[in-house]
Amino acid sequence: MKYVVGIDVGSTYTKAIILSRENEIIGRSLSPTGFKLDQISKKVYKQVLAETELNENDIGYIIASGFGRHRVDFCDLTVTDLTATARGSNLMFPGTMTVLDIGGQTMKASRLDENLKVKSFRLNDKCAAGTGTFLEKTARYMGYETDEIGPLVQTSKFQVPISGVCAVFAESEVINQLSLGSAPADIMHGAMFSLVKRAIQLLKRVRMEPRLTLTGGIMRFPTMIKVIKDELDEDIINVPEGDLVQYTTALGAATLANQRLTKLNKN
Amino acid sequence: MPHLQSQQSLKLILKNYFTGFKSPLAWCTSAGPAEILRALGFDVYFPENHGALLGASRTAEKYIPRAHQEGFGGEICSYLTSDIGAWRMKETPLTKAYGLPSVPKPDLIVYNTNQCREVADWFNFFAEEFDCPVFGIYPPRHLEEIHQRDIDNVVGQFEDLILLGEKVIGNKMTDADLMETVLLSKRGSQLWGEVLNTAQTTPSPITFFDGTILMAPIVVLRGTQICVDFYQEVLEELTQLSSEKISAVAKEDVRIYWEGMPVWGRLKAFSQLFANNNAAVVASTYCNSWIFDDFDENNPLESLALAYTQIFINRGENAKLDMMKDIINNFNIDGVIFHDSKTCFNNSNNRFGLPKKLTDATGISCVTIEGDLNDMRFLSDGQIETKLETFIDQIGSKKGIY
Repeated sequence: MKYVVGIDVGSTYTKAIILSRENEIIGRSLSPTGFKLDQISKKVYKQVLAETELNENDIGYIIASGFGRHRVDFCDLTVTDLTATARGSNLMFPGTMTVLDIGGQTMKASRLDENLKVKSFRLNDKCAAGTGTFLEKTARYMGYETDEIGPLVQTSKFQVPISGVCAVFAESEVINQLSLGSAPADIMHGAMFSLVKRAIQLLKRVRMEPRLTLTGGIMRFPTMIKVIKDELDEDIINVPEGDLVQYTTALGAATLANQRLTKLNKN
Repeated sequence: MPHLQSQQSLKLILKNYFTGFKSPLAWCTSAGPAEILRALGFDVYFPENHGALLGASRTAEKYIPRAHQEGFGGEICSYLTSDIGAWRMKETPLTKAYGLPSVPKPDLIVYNTNQCREVADWFNFFAEEFDCPVFGIYPPRHLEEIHQRDIDNVVGQFEDLILLGEKVIGNKMTDADLMETVLLSKRGSQLWGEVLNTAQTTPSPITFFDGTILMAPIVVLRGTQICVDFYQEVLEELTQLSSEKISAVAKEDVRIYWEGMPVWGRLKAFSQLFANNNAAVVASTYCNSWIFDDFDENNPLESLALAYTQIFINRGENAKLDMMKDIINNFNIDGVIFHDSKTCFNNSNNRFGLPKKLTDATGISCVTIEGDLNDMRFLSDGQIETKLETFIDQIGSKKGIY
C-alpha cells in the first residue's frame, strides 16, 4: 500500500487527493457535488485513480471530510472539515495558527494549538451573506457565471457599498445599484468587501494569531485575497497556489490518513 | 429512549392526566405555584407543556403565522405564538393523542413572571378569551442573591392568590392540604433530582433528550403522589442500568452540558447526532430547573416563594455562572452547548458573555448554536450539524480520543 486518499465532499465541489506515504501529492481531482452525494464521492475517487493510473489495491487508507462525508461508504474514517483543513493548511504552510475557509455554504475561522488541533472556531451564522454562494448569486443576478467573477472584479475601479447583514437584502441593494448605473464590477467588488468584513469578524472572535492561511474556492479570486490583506493589514497571509485552495481539506484528510495508516502498521 | 421501561408508565400517566381534567381547573405557568392551586382543589393544566407538545409534534409552524395575524410578532416566544395560533385555528395535538376536543377550559389562570414577561401577555390573552379571572405573580427579577424582602414580596402575592382562589372555588384552603401538597412536591422534586443525577456516572444511563420526555410529571403533576411514584420507578430502573454500566449512547467519549431551551422539533435528530458522534448530553439547566431543593412543608408559602424565585432563569449572570460551574463539576462535563433560542430571549444565556466567563473560570469549551424552541424557521440543520460535530471533534482531540 503506497498511497492514501483524502476526500472532501463539499457543498459545491467534491475533491479527492492522493498522497504518497511521504505526503507528496500524486494526483487530485474534483467534480461538482450535485445532489447524489454517495455517487459523487465514488465518481471523484475513480477519477483520481484513473488520472494517476492507480487502482484501489494501491490505496491503504481513505479519510472523508466535508459536509457530505457520512455518505462516503467506502472510506475508513471520517473527520470534520476544520480538523482536516487545519492539517492541510499546515502541510502546505507549516506554522499556520489560524485558518479562514470560505466555502459555498459556510465560512469557518479556526485557531489552532501547537499540536495542530482546533483550539477555537467560529462559523458564519445562518445567513448566506457569509458564504461563497452569496458571491455566486450576486454574479448570476447581474448575468455573470461563477467563473467570470474573478476577471470581472479585477476591472473594478472602486467598491460599491453592499450591506453585509442579509443576503436577500443585499440582493435588493444590487438591484438598486444597477438601477443607479453602478458598474457590475464595482458591485461585485462591494459584495466581496461585504463578505470579507464578515470574515474579519470571525477571525477576531477566534483571536487570530499569525500565521494565517486562507482556503476555500472563493480564494481563487485574487481580488478577494487583496481585500482580505488590505483589511487585516497583514502581509504574511498564506494562500495555496492555484487550484490547491480548493483541495486544502482533502489534503488534510489524506495527511491524517497517512498518520492513521502508520499507526495501524505499527500495531 | 428505547431502553427505559418506565416510558410505558409515563404514557399511561399522561393519558390519565390529560383525559382526567375536571372543574375547577386552573391554568398555571410551569414554574408557577401549582402547589397552592392543588391545595385549593384545582386540577392544573400547563400551557407551556402544550407549547412543547406543539413543538415536538412539529405542528407549531402551522400555527405560528396565525398568531402573527393577531398582532403577535415573529420574534417573541414561539410557545406563545404556536399556542395562540393553535387556539385560533381550533386545533390541538391533544385531540390526536388523547381525544380531547380542545385545551381544557380554565376557571382561574395564574402565571408567574419568574421566567419571562411573555407569559403575562400569553395568559392574559386566554383570560380574555375565556372571560376568566387571572392572577399574575411578579417576583423581583434577575437576582444575584435572594433576600428576605424578596421572599416576603412573593409570599404577599401568594396570599392574594389564595384569597382569589378561595373565591373561585367557594371554599377555604386548609393549611393541612397545602402542607401535604408541598410535601409531595418536595418528594417528587428530590426524586427528579436523583433521576437526573444518575447521569453523573460514566457512562450515563440517561441523556438530556431522555430527560425532556421524562420531565413531564414534574411539570404537570408536581404535588401529587403519581409524580412521586413515577420518579421512584424511574430512579430504580436507572440505578439498575447504572450498576450494569449500561449507557444511553453506544460509546460515550465526550460528555456535554446543554444550556438553554430544548429544540422540541429536533429531539430525535439531535439525540442521534450526538450518539453518532460518541457524545452524550448528560446535563442541562433546563431539566434541572424543576429540582426545587427548598420546598418545606413546615414553612410552605415561604419555601415556595424561595424555590420559585431562585430558579436559574430568574437569576443574575454571576449566580447563573456559579450554578453552571457546579453542574460542570458534578457531571464531569467536557463541553457546554449554549442554545441561542431566537424567540426565547430570557432563556438564551449566551448573550451577555456567559460562555466566555464560563470558559475563563473552568477551562471548559463552549459553543453557541442558533435555533429555537418551536419555530424551526430559525434553525439550520446543516449549520448546527457542522458546528456540533466540529465541537465534539475539538473536545475529543483535546482529550486525546481522536
